[in-house]
Amino acid sequence: MYRNSAFCMMDKSMLNFCGFSRFMDECTLPKRIVISLKRKHAIGGEKWQLLPVCACRSWSLPATIKMKRKSDKAWYALFVLPLVFVFTTVVIIPFLIGIGYSFISWDGMPLNEKTFVGFENFMNLFSDKRFMESARHTLTFSLISVLLINVIGLAFALSVTGKLRVKNAARSMLFTPYLIGGLILGYIWKFIFTDVFQSIGNLTGLNHFFFSWLLHPKYALAAMIVVATWQMAGYIMIIYINGIQSLPEDVIEAAKVDGAGYWQALFHIKFPLLMPSFTICLFMTLSNCFKIFDINFSLTGGGPNNATEMMAMNIYNEIFSLNHFGYGQAKAIVFFISVAIITLMQVSFTKKREVEM
Amino acid sequence: MKKAIGMIGEILAIAFCCIWLFPLYIVIVNSFKNRQQLYENMLAPARSFSFEYFATAMRKMNLSVAFGNSLMVTVISIGIIIILASMTAWMLVRNNNRLSKTMFIIFVATMIIPFQTIMMPLMQVMGWIRDTLHLPMLNSLGGLIYMNVGFGASMAVFLYHGFIKSVPVSLEEAATIDGCNKFKVFWLIVFPILKPTTVTIAILDVIWIWNDYLLPSLVLSNKGLRTIPLSTASFFGQFTIEWNLAMAGLLLTIIPVILFYLAAQKYIIKGVAAGAIKL
Repeated sequence: MYRNSAFCMMDKSMLNFCGFSRFMDECTLPKRIVISLKRKHAIGGEKWQLLPVCACRSWSLPATIKMKRKSDKAWYALFVLPLVFVFTTVVIIPFLIGIGYSFISWDGMPLNEKTFVGFENFMNLFSDKRFMESARHTLTFSLISVLLINVIGLAFALSVTGKLRVKNAARSMLFTPYLIGGLILGYIWKFIFTDVFQSIGNLTGLNHFFFSWLLHPKYALAAMIVVATWQMAGYIMIIYINGIQSLPEDVIEAAKVDGAGYWQALFHIKFPLLMPSFTICLFMTLSNCFKIFDINFSLTGGGPNNATEMMAMNIYNEIFSLNHFGYGQAKAIVFFISVAIITLMQVSFTKKREVEM
Repeated sequence: MKKAIGMIGEILAIAFCCIWLFPLYIVIVNSFKNRQQLYENMLAPARSFSFEYFATAMRKMNLSVAFGNSLMVTVISIGIIIILASMTAWMLVRNNNRLSKTMFIIFVATMIIPFQTIMMPLMQVMGWIRDTLHLPMLNSLGGLIYMNVGFGASMAVFLYHGFIKSVPVSLEEAATIDGCNKFKVFWLIVFPILKPTTVTIAILDVIWIWNDYLLPSLVLSNKGLRTIPLSTASFFGQFTIEWNLAMAGLLLTIIPVILFYLAAQKYIIKGVAAGAIKL
């Protein structure tokens, strides 16, 4: 709009004399342009004003400029507001209200009163044995799964980016589990860990390994890790493949010429260059494992005896099964804060180790 | 000699992938067996192929209705997410003032909030909207779609924002000079350019919405409104012991996913790689 209009400089007093001063105001031009032009031409002081030529010639144009700006704002609102409205009602408002709910005691019945209890909910949850246990399970589960998923995913990625002719087929097959939702995967593996394992145990006589894993607390947690790894490894593989394929060929070639073996090139050249992929993959696996619910719900249901109840499920049970709406929400806020802290810590930690080419 | 080693490598790779998909084999094999055959040997292939259990599972899970519901929720949610998020992201990039920057930061920052932190207050807000404005936000597919749009907004805006930043403005300016208004500029010029990102978002959201369990389970309570994960969960609540029937049901829920995968494999793998959040 302004880019094509010519500018001229006029004496302010002259303008005043002509009765133009109302339109000679800088406000007809965006401040940014005026300031930059002033800088460019070293225009300062009060005497000289900058204004579009057209503004001197006619009275109507400043009005159209104003209209244009108004219509720009209307377009902006038309494009942005619908989504912002939905987003606000679905995410922002519930999040803010949720903070409020965490300070009250309420059983979820609309007619029953909500009593303000201050920080009591937060004090209580740190001495809540079941909640702290679930936090411990979540930590153990996340640590082991993140490690396993990334190691296996990276190993897959390295082996299907080599010379294999079947690499495309292999990629597709390894990725398949990710597409099937956690809930359905959990049910499939539930059958495997209970009945199929027992039947394998009976057939082979390896009863000390093949028994119903879901009945034993430690093995049930291991079962969760197996399923999560099975689901996520293929997904993480895809991200690593992307990283490996964008590695600069010449650097690796140079390392080979200098006499680096496969492992040397892998650990000293490829891995440092893959750091951005590590950042992404660790972030994705860490946040996914921390928030895991579906597999927990369908595979173990938190059992046996709450031994595999993760934080997400503990919150769900507290709110919707035990009807402790305020207390459960306080847990949910603590959950949010711990997810945020842990993932941000991880990101800043791995970001520091990224190398520039 | 080298060739032989290569061949062995290829065979080993495929063999490993088949072992990786072993759980799916278990599902397929056992869905054809009757109860007695199943407990004889769960690893062996079925001796006879009867589709009886598929029919029973389909009837008990009310799968055709659930499939329709899932399809409707997924397609409409994604359509709305793509339309609204691309428009929003475009405006945020092209008017990069303080308001836009703040909004963008809020969109991105909220991605880290776990669903469990929002779910209870969300149900209260939706219940309030239903009671005061008499809009069917709870127990309706429309309400579920509305919430999916809200939850999908952040990531879609984020991905579009990143892409639009790399699209030059000159094309849009030319169109404006030729007399297009913003609406036309966006839909005729910008949106077609965004296609790769649109595909990415569609793929990621299909995987998410189709498999989502927790949100629909809180929103929908009518039997007729159940999506596939919901009907699977309620089916397992009732018939856990009949594993052959359960396997048939699970296989039926997996088949559409696999078909979708086979049809759009290239896009899915590309989309998932591109959608990995760039930090």
